[in-house]
Amino acid sequence: MRARHAVLAEGLRKTYGTHEAVVDLDLAVDPGETYGFVGPNGAGKSTTINMLCTLLRPSAGRAEVAGHDVTRDPDSVRRGIGLVFQESTLDGELTAEENLRFQADLFGMPRARARRALADLLDLVELTHRKDSPVRTFSGGMRRRLEIARGLLHMPRVLFLDEPTTGLDPQTRVAIWEHLHRLRAEQEITIFLTTHHLEEAENCGRLAIMDQGQLVVEGTPAELKGVVGADLVVLRTGDDERAAHAVRERFGLEARTGPDGVRLRTPDGAAFVPRLCAELAVPVHSVTVTPPSLDDVFLHYTGRTIREADGPRQPDFGPRR
Amino acid sequence: MAQHELHARTAAHPDPYVPAEPPAPPDADPGRDADTRPPPDADTDADRGLGRDLRTMRVLWHRETLRFGRNKLRIAMGMVTPLMFLLVLGTGLNSTMSEDSLRDFRAFLFPGVVLMSVQAPAIAVGASIVWDRRSGFLRQMLVAPVRRSAILVGTCLGGATSGVVYGVLVLLLGPVADVPYHPGLLLVLLQVGLVAFAFTALGVAAAVCIRRPETFQVAVSLCMMPLFFLSGAMFPADGLPGWLGTVVRVNPLTYAVDALRRTMPGDGAAVAGGPSGPRWGSWTPPVAVEIGLIAVLAVLALAVATRRFSRVEE
Repeated sequence: MRARHAVLAEGLRKTYGTHEAVVDLDLAVDPGETYGFVGPNGAGKSTTINMLCTLLRPSAGRAEVAGHDVTRDPDSVRRGIGLVFQESTLDGELTAEENLRFQADLFGMPRARARRALADLLDLVELTHRKDSPVRTFSGGMRRRLEIARGLLHMPRVLFLDEPTTGLDPQTRVAIWEHLHRLRAEQEITIFLTTHHLEEAENCGRLAIMDQGQLVVEGTPAELKGVVGADLVVLRTGDDERAAHAVRERFGLEARTGPDGVRLRTPDGAAFVPRLCAELAVPVHSVTVTPPSLDDVFLHYTGRTIREADGPRQPDFGPRR
Repeated sequence: MAQHELHARTAAHPDPYVPAEPPAPPDADPGRDADTRPPPDADTDADRGLGRDLRTMRVLWHRETLRFGRNKLRIAMGMVTPLMFLLVLGTGLNSTMSEDSLRDFRAFLFPGVVLMSVQAPAIAVGASIVWDRRSGFLRQMLVAPVRRSAILVGTCLGGATSGVVYGVLVLLLGPVADVPYHPGLLLVLLQVGLVAFAFTALGVAAAVCIRRPETFQVAVSLCMMPLFFLSGAMFPADGLPGWLGTVVRVNPLTYAVDALRRTMPGDGAAVAGGPSGPRWGSWTPPVAVEIGLIAVLAVLALAVATRRFSRVEE
């Protein structure tokens, strides 16, 4: 059975008492897509993933993952998905290979197929040389790679990654993404990930920005940034006030002075810089042009930067004992 | 035996996905019955029902035994307390007691020591569930297409196996306590297995209900010592004054200790000058009844654990 959508949600909702964690979410992710869920902590990303993975029961609405309904046929959904959670979910006492074999056995993979898949995946994530070491001796990046391998072991159609690179250093983050891109090229798989790192979201084919339980906007990174439109130009000059005044007078652009110099926004900033320098009477020390970032996109749609939104962690509304 | 009965019970819940909260979506009436499910994919057809449950149990059992065997230090440490009781307390008290009041306290103590050694792996398994929950490993298992009760039973079987290993180690010391090597010890070992299973089921039930490792640790140490002291492991369970007698009689460990003592080869059971086990009125429950009680306890604990575990929403 081939599903038209890898992930489909209609009016999905999760309520804890009076707190609405996820509100009327509609989603459609095509097979083979890399789909990113972006938002600050507490936006409802993990709640959504948990509902899609059958770990959490939706309060209302419905969802289909890998062609099966998450409430009606959770077993088939579970068979069709792989998961990499925010926190490490490996057994530190067992070796890398044992951790993978545990997963293969749990999913009832035939021995021969499991052995082949296991060897291939260890190769893919470059951990073959450490397969007999206990996982507790692994670094964060190695664990993550092993977890991704485990998530793929039973050949899922959809791989869910919940904050896949949280707590990893930048090089490891880049390496993990190289693995993920390679993987998508080699196997036809849908990747569904959440992140609150906006740089990471750039890796996605399509993005959804989520804030306070609601999907704010959806599109490709380029589309989203296109909405913000203008590049940010920052210049340091001998006299910022005069430079800002000149920009306003001659180009009719909004220019502000700040501790880092004069800031202004204009489409195609790179082409604007030579004209600007030619027109300015004050000495220009430096100019930087920054294309709109996803942070600008987030700001544009929510009125806050993601860092502000992240602020103090939202209370966890899950049951606690 | 115990697992079999559990199967019968959980068969009424073929779907491991039981909601914790009543507000069910109006349009979703989850297929609770295997019959109402859509026809399974061809390659997974064989992977439903009992075969899958047995496989799940085997996998979990295997994991527990791997973890157990890997931690040699823990095995050694688990032996320390029982050995202290047997060698230090038994010997110390022996020397102060007159011959006829308690001929050989060490022989009397031996079944209790066996029991004590069994509880260590049981607690360790419970603790591992609490840690699995914290580390997220549990979550990973919960999204596997397997029944949650099978996860628990497999884990308990793993704990029981570890318990039997400890039991064997302590039984090997039998001659120190005048318990000879005798084929009857195999029967004892069977009982040890059942008791270990019951212990593990209790530990697992506690672990499923308690989320924080610290709380679990405290709860276990709060329970274990009194249970052990009030079990007739240290003194005869019969003929105790009012309240103490009542407490000892309702303590399930009492029956485990007594069953072991009566099955144990040698004359530990007769040490106090006649039967020393618990009595209901004037009736002394036979070993079979005592064992039955332990089995019922194991099933009850598993039932509670399964119930809680099946509706875990992380």
